[in-house]
Amino acid sequence: MLQFSRSKITLIVATIFMAILLALPNIFTDERTSNFPPFIPSQKVNLGLDLQGGSHLLLEVDTESIKSEKIDDLSFDLRRMLKKNDFKYGNLKIIDDSIKFKLNNSELAKNVSDEIKKLSQSVSQNALSSQSKSNLNVEINNSLVNISLTEDYLKQISISAVNQSIEIVRRRIDELGTREPTIQKQGTTRILIQLPGLDDPERIKSLLGQTAKLTFKLVDQKASYDPSNPTKIPVGSELLPSDSDFNFKYIVKKKVMVGGENLVDAQPGFDPQTNEPVVNFRFDRIGAKKFGKVTKANIGKPFAIILDNKVVSAPVIRDAILGGSGQISGGFSADEAADLAVLLRAGALPAPLIILEERSVGPDLGADSVFAGKIAALIGFVAVIIFMVLIYRAFGFFADIALILNLVMVLGVLSLLQATLTLPGIAGIILTIGMAVDANVLIFERIKEELRNGSSVINAIDSGYKRALSTILDANITTLIAASILFFMGSGPVKGFSVTLAIGIFTSVFTAFTVTRMMISIYISRRKPKELKL
Amino acid sequence: MNILSFTTNSKIKFLSLRKPAFILSLVLIICSVLIYSFKGLNFGIDFRGGTLIEVETSESENLSNLRSILNNLELGDIQVQEFGSAKNILIRVEQQAGGDQIQQNVVNIVKTALNTSLSSDVNFRRTEVVGPKVSSELIKAGVIAIVVAVFAMLVYIWFRFEWQFSLGAVIALIHDVLLTLGIFSLLQLEFNLSIIAAILTIVGYSMNDTVVVYDRVRENLRKYRKKEIIDLLNISINETLSRTIMTSVTTLLALLSLYIFGGSVIKGFTFAMIWGVLVGTYSSIFIAAPLLNYLKVKRDWSVSSAVESTKNN
Repeated sequence: MLQFSRSKITLIVATIFMAILLALPNIFTDERTSNFPPFIPSQKVNLGLDLQGGSHLLLEVDTESIKSEKIDDLSFDLRRMLKKNDFKYGNLKIIDDSIKFKLNNSELAKNVSDEIKKLSQSVSQNALSSQSKSNLNVEINNSLVNISLTEDYLKQISISAVNQSIEIVRRRIDELGTREPTIQKQGTTRILIQLPGLDDPERIKSLLGQTAKLTFKLVDQKASYDPSNPTKIPVGSELLPSDSDFNFKYIVKKKVMVGGENLVDAQPGFDPQTNEPVVNFRFDRIGAKKFGKVTKANIGKPFAIILDNKVVSAPVIRDAILGGSGQISGGFSADEAADLAVLLRAGALPAPLIILEERSVGPDLGADSVFAGKIAALIGFVAVIIFMVLIYRAFGFFADIALILNLVMVLGVLSLLQATLTLPGIAGIILTIGMAVDANVLIFERIKEELRNGSSVINAIDSGYKRALSTILDANITTLIAASILFFMGSGPVKGFSVTLAIGIFTSVFTAFTVTRMMISIYISRRKPKELKL
Repeated sequence: MNILSFTTNSKIKFLSLRKPAFILSLVLIICSVLIYSFKGLNFGIDFRGGTLIEVETSESENLSNLRSILNNLELGDIQVQEFGSAKNILIRVEQQAGGDQIQQNVVNIVKTALNTSLSSDVNFRRTEVVGPKVSSELIKAGVIAIVVAVFAMLVYIWFRFEWQFSLGAVIALIHDVLLTLGIFSLLQLEFNLSIIAAILTIVGYSMNDTVVVYDRVRENLRKYRKKEIIDLLNISINETLSRTIMTSVTTLLALLSLYIFGGSVIKGFTFAMIWGVLVGTYSSIFIAAPLLNYLKVKRDWSVSSAVESTKNN
């Protein structure tokens, strides 16, 4: 166990050198590391949000709302189809995400079923097969018809809604110019957002809290809204609340004249006459055409601008707007106008987002934590180092060098893997400082025992290492099991802890088994001690 | 002048203490379970849902004044406590009824109330909001993680040793976990996600400690075929005693430093770890090893140990 070939020594020294090189950038400032020549690593340990400050948001895409929206759309199309074909029916209802109705004449079942098929879309079953199925389950039992959306289709719309949401969330966040945001899909319907350096995510939260669906609809002038006596709303119209005035409601026609999907640009600005903050927008060609047609035909009538089912304003159309650009005013503050422009540029979310979890840490708390962690690590480190030398003298000194190397290697590996160091992660490192000496302690105690049993120095060291090996492996594998379970089951900061713990286990076994052994071997061959003081 | 020289050639009869130790542990476990069933755990927002806000004020604020300001907001149960220093205050607001989206309002309401009612400048250092969906998932994941970890240990030790060892080690582990839950319940310390991490580390550490003793027991079972099991266990514990103490001391040195200097945020975590190291060390010596006496370990190791013994000689 004490023989080290030249190549082995070279390999060990090279590994140590590599680790030092990898850990090195951490003691320099970012400015200095950016000036490093390309062959020297410049990656630093990636600090978690709890250490550098920042916001962590876990959102859920409300896919249920898309499902009900789809089924609503379907029922709308269905009614139109039934009316067009003059199929008499009754009792049409949406129950548990499926549409049920009764045909007056059950002999028409075949014809109705054929017409329903025309309404269906095809869903490809998976990316590889060209086979496709209808998106509708249609059951006709005598005169009772039951239509629902297929599982495959629901899955598909939910997946695409989540992907689309991620894209729009990314655009909205990018618009705000936050530093290195991370936006990831989690599970099937969740989005994890990490925003380093942002300790007050209120603005982002309010931006993400809106679906920002913009529509332009005509105000129904045949009926007027009277809060004390809510009149019956005409067919084809709906009652929508005002965005600014809680007591006021508009009756608007349901038909969407132009939608936000036709917008190409939106910018905050000021109305030249009133100096009020507004949002200026521009349509694409199709949008401009539609907008021109509607405004031309409805001069003198109020035109409602609707955002997320609330009427922002309903200006009266003075002239036909043919250029494709317009202005939204609605008593905004300058900030509100800026945010609305961001939302309109980034596009509407396919479904509302629900915030499930938020964790925000201010940068000064993060800095305090890093500082406290450093102090604790330093003091713990010095205490262990002194203790080891007191107990094991020269060998304790070797173990201490291994301990320092161990710390350097943990930092090096963390920088290399770009794993995230969190506050519990720092605790993990400090814990490994205590536990790293365990392997050396096991070996040294074994050597002591061998010496007491009358072995010569070299034999004692040799069999000390041999015999301690299986114990060290068993002991460390158990801790590794705990660490890996933490890694797979844990989230966020806890995961960071498991990573440093696991890295620490590997490096501590490596340093104990190669580095200290090599140092002891060199010490023995140079000094040739007749007895060891342990 | 070795500090630990008393452990050299020590011949402490640990096994003669097994009955008092078992009784002590049993009493402690029963107490833990009783305290737990009466007081429960002081779950943090990770598991209970709700809002946590840490603020730093420019002047020292009167806590009861702060409490009455916050209680006027009618947000249900609100806990206000000092956190580290008089100017650092931790505010916990219970989960609001009405689903995930509602929880978000709490932060705004509290922020506005503090900004308007307090004379000093308020710096919001930390905000955490955990909705009902996530908190119930975290509870589940935490429990599963601990159960899976204990089970994985059971399988590993079974594989490496014999079932008696495996059972003994797992009983010791459960002992450690229960006592940790007990102390958290007794002192009503906040039990959050990082405590789960601490418990899992305790599981790893305690197992580590037990394995070292068991390894020696196995070795001695091969070495002394005829020795009384009690004597053999005593020898094994004594032979590994100095290592057990050394490693516990170095780990505790590191942890104490973390506890004293590491800041308030991880105090709970470090406390759990320190407790775990103490309990884990105790259980390896006084529970795990003596259990082998009762579980009737196999005495004939000649066949299965053939491979190991060639390696060791």
